[in-house]
Amino acid sequence: MKFGVVIFPGSNCDQDMIYVLQTIMKQKVEVLWHKDRDLKNCDMIVLPGGFSYGDYLRSGAIARFSPIMESVIAFAAKGGYVFGVCNGFQILCEANLVPGALLANIPKKFIGKNVYVKSQSSSAIISSSINKTQVLKIPIAHGEGRFYTDSDTLKSLYDNDQILFKYCDEKGNINAASNPNGALDNIAGVCNKQKNVFGMMPHPERASDSELFNTDGKLIFESLLNSVVV
Amino acid sequence: MTTTLEKAPTFDTAKKLGLTEPEFERIKEILGRTPNFTELSIFSVMWSEHCSYKNSIKLLKTLPRKGGRMLVEAGEENAGLMDIGNGLAVCFKIESHNHPSAIEPYQGAATGVGGINRDIFTMGARPIAQLNSLRFGNIDLAKTKWLVKGVVKGIGDYGNAFGVPIVAGEVYFEDCYNENPLVNAMSVGILKIGEMASATSKGVGNPVYIVGSATGKDGIHGATFASEDITEASSEKIPAVQVGDPFQEKLLLEATLEVIKTGAVVGIQDMGAAGITCSTTEMSARGKHGMKIDLNKVPTRQAGMKPFEILLSESQERMLIVVEKGREKEVQQIFDKWDLNCEQIGEVTNTERVQFFMDGELVADVPADDLVLGGGAPQYDREVKEPAYYKEAQKFTIDQIQEPTNLKEVAMHLALHVNIASKRWVYEQYDSMVGTINKTTNHPSDAGVVNLKGTNKALALSVDCNSRYVFSDPEVGAAIAVSEAARNIVCSGGEPIGITNCLNFGNPYNPEVYWQFVGAIKGMGNACRKFNTPVTGGNVSFYNQTAKAGVAEPVYPTPTIGMVGIIEDKNHQMTLNFKEKFDLIFLIGQARNDIASSQYLSSYHKTKLSPAPYFDLEEESQVQQAVLSLIKKGLISSAHDVSDGGLFITLLESAMPGNLGFSISTDAEIRKDAFLFGESQSRIVVSISEEKLDQFLDALTEFDVEFTNLGEVTDGEIFIDDESFGKVSEFKKGYDGALEEKLK
Repeated sequence: MKFGVVIFPGSNCDQDMIYVLQTIMKQKVEVLWHKDRDLKNCDMIVLPGGFSYGDYLRSGAIARFSPIMESVIAFAAKGGYVFGVCNGFQILCEANLVPGALLANIPKKFIGKNVYVKSQSSSAIISSSINKTQVLKIPIAHGEGRFYTDSDTLKSLYDNDQILFKYCDEKGNINAASNPNGALDNIAGVCNKQKNVFGMMPHPERASDSELFNTDGKLIFESLLNSVVV
Repeated sequence: MTTTLEKAPTFDTAKKLGLTEPEFERIKEILGRTPNFTELSIFSVMWSEHCSYKNSIKLLKTLPRKGGRMLVEAGEENAGLMDIGNGLAVCFKIESHNHPSAIEPYQGAATGVGGINRDIFTMGARPIAQLNSLRFGNIDLAKTKWLVKGVVKGIGDYGNAFGVPIVAGEVYFEDCYNENPLVNAMSVGILKIGEMASATSKGVGNPVYIVGSATGKDGIHGATFASEDITEASSEKIPAVQVGDPFQEKLLLEATLEVIKTGAVVGIQDMGAAGITCSTTEMSARGKHGMKIDLNKVPTRQAGMKPFEILLSESQERMLIVVEKGREKEVQQIFDKWDLNCEQIGEVTNTERVQFFMDGELVADVPADDLVLGGGAPQYDREVKEPAYYKEAQKFTIDQIQEPTNLKEVAMHLALHVNIASKRWVYEQYDSMVGTINKTTNHPSDAGVVNLKGTNKALALSVDCNSRYVFSDPEVGAAIAVSEAARNIVCSGGEPIGITNCLNFGNPYNPEVYWQFVGAIKGMGNACRKFNTPVTGGNVSFYNQTAKAGVAEPVYPTPTIGMVGIIEDKNHQMTLNFKEKFDLIFLIGQARNDIASSQYLSSYHKTKLSPAPYFDLEEESQVQQAVLSLIKKGLISSAHDVSDGGLFITLLESAMPGNLGFSISTDAEIRKDAFLFGESQSRIVVSISEEKLDQFLDALTEFDVEFTNLGEVTDGEIFIDDESFGKVSEFKKGYDGALEEKLK
């Protein structure tokens, strides 16, 4: 599979994502520059974490207007796979490629730590091959990651099986105590209705290298790779 | 020379700028005339303590400053550089941003992070890890809470956006820092040997560029401000504080590394203290050339800035680059790609003078070498006087303190004390995992351990200083600071290779402060020689004292040590946590009947004057060698050094990550409170699985160290001499939340 990792000015997880896809998952990777429009025939576009354009406005609010995003939006509309992590998820929300918004954390602080999530969606390829009872340890690192949407949209997320991951505790309990940022219903990641655009706040690329003693995130990349026939 | 901007300044003006009368006379002598105001401003910042090290350089030169793996001598470049094998070098430095943080904690701390990272990437190294050492006053004061929150948010917001993980650090609270907190930030980078960029300037006719942010009026006289005491009027110095923009810094990082790779860069230096003045003169002096600079070409944030304002501005995220003539286009293209300013502001000359022009007029003409450290900048010896408190402190003996009957209460007091309790409220606001190299997130070690991808190595990093010890005895305390840093690196499986230091002291013109400085340098030098860890560079921060109602109160002398070590085989990373119930717990090193300068003595008994804790450099070295050997042989399951809070806290910290406990026996020869809470040095707690006991004991015979079987790991309860101290989980709850609770 050929991945295209977009670099925005201020992206800072781009190299981590490239390392995991290329060196650990053994996939082809193209680097895509925010000022370009060519997606270089990639099968999946990845929007990495970071602080695109400084994120001095709402996170992701500027990046969605970049030249490359015009192509990404068109690619997604045609059913192309797009995956956004952290700032990438924020950009996807701003671009209306996935439903919802990411608000400032409660408590209103940056939070950088390992958290636990469980896979939810049986139909989205990013989570479908992960056992729903398995607790994954995956870190978060964000100041604005509190997923929010109105109640109608929330209902449609459940109805269409669009919720990818929910925060839980080490034992798998999904409750207020295991919610790190105040996210609605502990939601850590969602996809669009067509299930070709995925966004999540936790960083699976930070939990994929055995030299860092946690490879739970690899299951997410494996789920993607297992399901996509290229 | 035609200069009509201001009438010739007198000594009064020089004095206001922080210069002394002999210094003013010397400037006139150097120039052969009276300087104009702009020139006087240039001298005042370049000869400020901050830039010239005038009151410290003579002593700094007595430290081991070369040898080992060092690739550049201390002070020659913007940061230290050491060979770590595999064709790679580690580039590292620590720096203070105390004064700005004292009056504007958020920006002060943020720009400290920005500045230290620029020192690393200006050499062509990519920063891979950050550390910091923070000291605040009494946590119960509203001002302290404001400072803590501002500093932590400033460091977090800047570092998180910049995208370099914070992998280790320390936070202390002592009353002496009430008005003058210490914010020391360290950055560590990696470069390929042979690809270092130098902070030099040469080649007549080569163009000189300023790149990065525009120049504004922020930070003017920042270096001078850093070279005076904090007073009640210091809040008026807000304009001397710089404003940070981590987004610009991130772009500048990528563009700088890209431009250095082209080979078109003759020399490059970041603009920190004293901005354009310092970078132009230091680079010129190093390369023995001159420069002509047209200040009209400098991109500014506002119109009408005066020459001295442009020259002294400490606006952040800027670099000065000398480019090989004919290759301007390559350089320009890279900065265009990253949407950064890149303006030619002058060229290299053969005059060895730096000449600044504005509106076609020569506004300052100064000889480069006379301005800089190692050139004509003044160097002083200062008077020393042993302070009265020192003799008083040495009189302390343990017999003056009655042993408490309820030691469990003492244990809880210590576990919940903000100097010992978890700092998670702080470090969870930092991104510690960006870069995917942090090996201690999931495997905690005494030092921060970062992976060197694609090699079999890892780096171990530590910042340490217990300033209470240094106050009690500067020479011993500073030697302990180095030793503790080395011990942390050894406990994580690394071999120490070098240090950077951040020397935070009071006013050097106070002979008692200078006595502390002299002692600390001596102790540090001795320890560095013992561990073969040369001083690669660092920073001196004097004037950390508060003048209140005419009485100057210096902070505790705080020589923060930032140490780098190598774990040659990354599989040998050692962790601090107990692994299995029934594993045996050993103490390597000797327990002593000593509570001097302990957290226990200071906060439980409120006794502030006592000697430094027991310390012997040779014993320390033996203990470290023994433990490193045990780690390399794969004989131990955990290693954690005994430091703040003593043995009990060490055991607790080893037990908490795995929800295990411990059962130990004390030593009848030693008072129980000293055994559990004393901080005598050179002790490491290790745990081993029972089947390795024989091999373990065999291996220890090679070393001249004491060791004791303390007891064993339990499944969650604490027993001291068979008396229950409760469950580890009870301690953990308080330990984890104590700091956050205090900050509410």
